[in-house]
Amino acid sequence: MNNRQIVLLKCAVFAASLAPAASLVWRAAHDRLGANPVETLMHATGDWTFNFLLLTLAITPLRTITGQHWLVRLRRMLGLFAFFYGLLHFLTFAGFDHAFDPGAIMHDVAKRPFVAAGFVAFVLMIPLAATSFNAAVRRLGGRRWQELHRSVYAIGIIACVHYFWLVKITAIQWPLLYAAILAALLGWRARERMRKYQPPGVPRAAPPTVQPIRFIRR
Amino acid sequence: MLIKPPIDIPPSEITDPDLFARRRHFIRGTAAGLLAGGFGLPALAAAAPQRGEKLPDIRKSQWTVDEKPTPYESVTTYNNFYEFGPDKDDPAKNAHRLKSRPWTITVEGEVKRPQTFAIEDVLKWAPLEERIYRFRCVEGWSMVVPWIGFSFSEIARRVEITGNAKYVEFVSLADAEQMPYVRVPLLDWPYVEGLRLDEAMHPLTLLAVGLYGEVMPKQNGAPLRLIVPWKYGFKSAKAIVKIRFVRDMPRSSWMKSAPQEYGFYSNVNPEVPHPRWSQAQERRLGEFLKRKTLPFNGYAEQVAALYAGMDLRRNY
Repeated sequence: MNNRQIVLLKCAVFAASLAPAASLVWRAAHDRLGANPVETLMHATGDWTFNFLLLTLAITPLRTITGQHWLVRLRRMLGLFAFFYGLLHFLTFAGFDHAFDPGAIMHDVAKRPFVAAGFVAFVLMIPLAATSFNAAVRRLGGRRWQELHRSVYAIGIIACVHYFWLVKITAIQWPLLYAAILAALLGWRARERMRKYQPPGVPRAAPPTVQPIRFIRR
Repeated sequence: MLIKPPIDIPPSEITDPDLFARRRHFIRGTAAGLLAGGFGLPALAAAAPQRGEKLPDIRKSQWTVDEKPTPYESVTTYNNFYEFGPDKDDPAKNAHRLKSRPWTITVEGEVKRPQTFAIEDVLKWAPLEERIYRFRCVEGWSMVVPWIGFSFSEIARRVEITGNAKYVEFVSLADAEQMPYVRVPLLDWPYVEGLRLDEAMHPLTLLAVGLYGEVMPKQNGAPLRLIVPWKYGFKSAKAIVKIRFVRDMPRSSWMKSAPQEYGFYSNVNPEVPHPRWSQAQERRLGEFLKRKTLPFNGYAEQVAALYAGMDLRRNY
C-alpha cells in the first residue's frame, strides 16, 4: 500500500468508527433509544469500547500472520476510539447515575466490584491515550513507550472481569465470547514470545526475518 | 344464471387470519429492519405496539398509587421474560407465538378440591379492578403499571386450602413450540416462583389478567400472571399454568440458578444490596436521574408486619 492509499483508508476507518456514536446521537434525537435510554447508551458505549479494544489488539497478530505491515498504521486510531467510547461510557455512568457528583461516583466505585473494575480499566486507558501522539513516543523512547502500552493487555482482562461481574447468568454468553476472543489474541502473543525466546549463550540461527518498520516519520 | 367457480384452495393454503392481520406489521418491520440493518440502527426495526382487546367492567381499586403510569409502549417493549429471549425487547418480538387461548390453570397440593380451571372462568371469579402499582426490577429499574385483575386470595374460596399449606408455588408454561428460549438452558425450566401463604393471601397480591384496561399482552405474561408489588419483579410469575399449595418452601428457578444472589423473599429493600450492585436507587423508566428506592417498594405500611421479627438481611 502506498501512502496515499493509507491516508484514504484511515479516513474510511475514522468515519466507520464514528458510526456507532452517530447512530446513538440520531436515535437519541428521534426518541429511538428504547424504554430505558440510559441503559441503551450504557450498553452501546460499553460494547463499542470493548470492540475497539479487541480490534486494536488484533492488529499485531493480523499483521504478523498476513505480512501486511501497513495494518499497524491503523492501530493508534483504533486504540483512541476504544478510549473515546470508554470515555462516553464513563460519562454516561458519571452523569446519569450520579449527576457528576465526584463523592457519589467514588462511593459507587468503592462499593460495587464491577464498577470498580470498569473504573480501573478506564483510568488505565488514560495514560495510553495521553501518550499516543508521536512526540510522546519520541520523548519516552520506543522501548519505554512499548512497555507502558503493554498495560493494554491488563486493561483487556479487567474489562472482561467488569463484564462478567455485571451480567445476569442469562446473558453470560456475551462476556464469554469477548473473553474467548481476548484469550485468543493474548494467547497468540504468548506463543510468539515463547517461539522467539532464545536461551542465553546459544547463537541465533538466522537473522530476523521481519524488518522493523518505522511508522513515525522524522 | 350465476356460475360460481369451485373453491379450489385447500385450507392449508389459506393464510392464518392472525398472520394476515400482521402483514403490515411484518412489511413495516422488515423494511425498517433492512434500512436499520444497513445503518446499524436496530431500534428502528421495532414497530409500533398493537393494542389489545378491551376488558369490560373495570372498577377502581383502593390499592392504587398516585403516580404517573409508565407509557404503554415502554411497559410492553421492555420486559424480562426469558422464555422468549434474554434481551429486553425479545419478549415483544417473540411472544406472538404464545397461544393464550385456550388456557387452563391447575390448582393442586394441600387443597380439599384440586381443580383445573379454564381461564374464561377465572376471569369471572371476582370483579376486575384497575390497580396502579409500582413495579421494581432487581436490576435497578422501575415502572408504574395500571394492572387489571383481582386479589389472589379469591382463589382460596374455590379450592379450600387445608391447614397443611404453608407456601404457594407458581409454575409458568414451558413449551418450546411457543417459547423459543425454553430450548436454551438459561434457567431451570419451567419457571417456578413461590410465596409464603400469608404473602400470597395479602390483598395487595394480585392475579393480573390485563393492563391499561386491556387483555394482558403476551410479552407481559398473558393470560394470567401474578403481581407482588413489594417484591422484585421476578417474584411475579407470568403465564401461570399451575398453582400448588405446599408444606415446604418452594425452590424458585432463580434460587436454583444463583442462590447467593436471589433469595426466597426478595422483598424490595434499599438497605440490602444485591451481591454485585446496590439496591438503594432505581431508574424509573422515562426518567434520566435515579430516584431513591423505598422499603418494600413503598408498600411498607401494608406489608411490613408480615416480616415482624425477621432478619431481612439474612432472609433476602
